[in-house]
Amino acid sequence: MDIIKAEKVRKNKESWEDEISGLPERSEPFDTVSGMPVQALCTPLDLKGFDYEEDLGFPGSYPYTRGIQANMYRGRIWTMRQFSGFGDAYDSNRRYCYLLEQGQTGLSVAFDLPTIMGYDSDHERSLGEVGRCGVAIDSLEDMEILFDQIPVDKVTTSMTINGPAAILWCMYLANAEKQGISLDRVGGTVQNDILKEYIAQKSWIFPPEPSMRLITDIFSFAADHVPQWNTISISGYHIREAGSTAAQELAFTLADGFAYVEAGIKAGLDVDNFAPRLSFFFNAHIDFFEEICKYRAARRIWARRMKELYGAKDPRSLKMRFHTQTAGCSLTAREPENNIVRTAIEALSAVLGGTQSLHTNSMDEVLALPTERAVKIALRTQQVIAYESGVANTIDPLGGSYFIETLTNRLESEAEEYFRRIDELGGIMAAIDCGFFQQEIADAAYAYQRAIDAGERIVVGVNRHHSDEPVQIDLLKINPAVESDQVRRLKLLKEKRDNTAVSRCLEELRHSAAGSDNLIPIILKAVKVYATEGEIVAVLKEVFGEYREKPLF
Amino acid sequence: MPGRKVRVLVAKPGLDGHDRGARVVARALRDAGMEVIYTGLHQTPEQIAETALQEDVDVIGLSILSGAHMTLTPRIKGLLQEKGLGDIALVVGGIIPEDDAAELLKGGFADQVFTPGDSLDKITGCINGIISSHRKS
Repeated sequence: MDIIKAEKVRKNKESWEDEISGLPERSEPFDTVSGMPVQALCTPLDLKGFDYEEDLGFPGSYPYTRGIQANMYRGRIWTMRQFSGFGDAYDSNRRYCYLLEQGQTGLSVAFDLPTIMGYDSDHERSLGEVGRCGVAIDSLEDMEILFDQIPVDKVTTSMTINGPAAILWCMYLANAEKQGISLDRVGGTVQNDILKEYIAQKSWIFPPEPSMRLITDIFSFAADHVPQWNTISISGYHIREAGSTAAQELAFTLADGFAYVEAGIKAGLDVDNFAPRLSFFFNAHIDFFEEICKYRAARRIWARRMKELYGAKDPRSLKMRFHTQTAGCSLTAREPENNIVRTAIEALSAVLGGTQSLHTNSMDEVLALPTERAVKIALRTQQVIAYESGVANTIDPLGGSYFIETLTNRLESEAEEYFRRIDELGGIMAAIDCGFFQQEIADAAYAYQRAIDAGERIVVGVNRHHSDEPVQIDLLKINPAVESDQVRRLKLLKEKRDNTAVSRCLEELRHSAAGSDNLIPIILKAVKVYATEGEIVAVLKEVFGEYREKPLF
Repeated sequence: MPGRKVRVLVAKPGLDGHDRGARVVARALRDAGMEVIYTGLHQTPEQIAETALQEDVDVIGLSILSGAHMTLTPRIKGLLQEKGLGDIALVVGGIIPEDDAAELLKGGFADQVFTPGDSLDKITGCINGIISSHRKS
C-alpha cells in the first residue's frame, strides 16, 4: 500500500474508532479461548511489511503457509481417521471393520493403559484397566487378531503409543510380513513422541536419554526398511488437552519437533534422510480463527527453521504434515448433544487450516468411550464438511484476510518468544526438568477453569443457557469379562510358544540395550517369537531404568 | 482439633496420566485455605493408603479418568478400613458414568463423586461440608 493510501486508511480508521467509542458493547471479554485479546477490526495497517511471496507463497511452495500440497483438497480429501480401540483385539477389530464400511479412510489405534505403560494384562498394575481406555495388546497374537481381514498395504494405520512405541510398531510390521506384505509397502504412523509425555500426557516409561535412543533407532530403521512410515507424530494435542493456550501448544510442539531433529542429527543421520517422515498432531479447539491461524503459523515456522537453522534441502523436510483431533476438553458432560455442534466447528477449523487427516470426537466421549451411533455421527460430520459445505473446493480461502494474517503473525511471534525462553533455560530437557512447561500449562488450565466458574467464559449448557434435564444417552459398556479372557489367552500363549527362543531373544535384547546397536531388529525378532510387550519392557527397564516426575500443581 | 486446617490428599491412582483435573482441583483447594498434598501420578492403592496414613489427612480426593474407578475406589476404601482409616472422607472425580457413581455412593465406597462440569466452588464447598459433618460426629 502506498503512503498516501495508507494515510487515508489511517484517517478513516480514526474516525471509525471515534464512532464506535460511543457505542455500547457486550459485557463478555473479547478474547480468544486462550485469553488473547481480539481487536474489533483488522485493516491493512495491521499488516505493515506484509509480503505475499515471502509470508504466504503458493500452496505446495515455501513457506507453505497456505498448505503443503499444490492442489490440497481438490486432489484428495483429507484422511478421515477415527481414533478407536476398546476391549480386546476381537472387539476392536469389529469396530475397525465397521468404520471402514462406513467410509472411513484410515485406522487409528487406541491402546489400553497397561499397553501404553508397558504392562501385560496379567500384571498387578493392570488390574481394572484392561481394555478400558483402548484395546489390550500383549503380543503379536493380539495384533494379528486386531488386523484380521484388514489389508495393511491398502489401509494406513496410526498408533497412539509412545513409551513402548518400538515394540508395538514391530508387532505391526511382523503382522504385515505374516500377511505377506513387504515392509516397503506398509504405511502409517507411530506417535512415538516422548517429549510431550514428559510435558503433558505423562505416559512415560524410560528416562529421556534411552527414550530418545529408541526414537532415533525407529527413524533410522524406517528410513532403510519402511520408507512410507511416519516415524513420529509430534503432538500438541495432549499439551492443549492438559490446559495450554493455542500459542503454547504451537510453541511447545514445534520446540519438541526441533529437539527430535537435533537428536537425529546428533545420532549421525542426515537431516533430509529422516525429516521427511516426521509428522505432527494438533488439537482443534473451539476458537475458530485462532485454530486456523495456529496451523498456518505452524507450517511457516517449521519450513523457515528447517531451512534456515537445520539446513534441510529436500522440500519434503520443510513440509509440515499434520493430523488433527477436535478438542476433547471442549466437550461437556451436560447436554452432550451440543458436543456434535462443537465438534463440527472445530473440524471445520482443521479443514480450513489445511490438515492432512482428521479425527472428530463423538458427543459421548466426555462420558465414556463412544458408541457406534455416536462415532458414526462424528464421521458423518467430516463427510458433510468434505462433500456438502463446499469448503474443500478452494485452497486456504481465508488467506489474505487482514484478521487471519494478523493473528497468524501474532501466534508466530508468541511462539518465537517461547523458543527464546526455552533456549534461555538450556533447551527442552532442561526446561522439562525444571517444570517450565508443566507449570505454564497448569497456570493456563487453572485460569481457564476459574474463568468458567466465574462466568467470564461462557460454556453453553453449563454456565449459560442450561436446562436441568438429566442426561439421557446410551453409553458403551466394556464387557467385564475382557480382563479375565485376555489374561487367560495370555497364559495359553505363554504355554504354547517356543519359550527357549523367547528367552534367547530377551537375553540378546538385554545385551544390545546395554550397548549402542539399533534395537529395532532385535525387538522385531523378539515379537516374532511371541515375546510379550511386558517381557520386553521389563528387560529394557532393567537396563534403562524408569522415569519419575516431581509432582507439582 | 478445632481450627486445624483441613488436610487433603489429592491422589492419582491407576495408570493414566490425565492430571489436569487433579492439579486444578489441588490448587483450588489450596486457594480455599486447605493444606493439600498431591501424590503425583501412577500411584497404587497401597501407596495412596500409606500416604494418607503418613500425612494424617482428613480427606482423600481420587482423580480417575481411566475407567478403572469401579476397581480402584473400593480397593482404596478397603485398604483405608484395614488401616483403621475408615473415617477419612473419600471423594472421587473423573469420567464416571452416572450409574457407576450411584453404585460407589450406595456401596459406601465414596462420600461424593464429581464429574466434568462440576465447578471448583462446588467441589470446595462439598468437601468443607463433609468435613464439618465428620467433625461434629
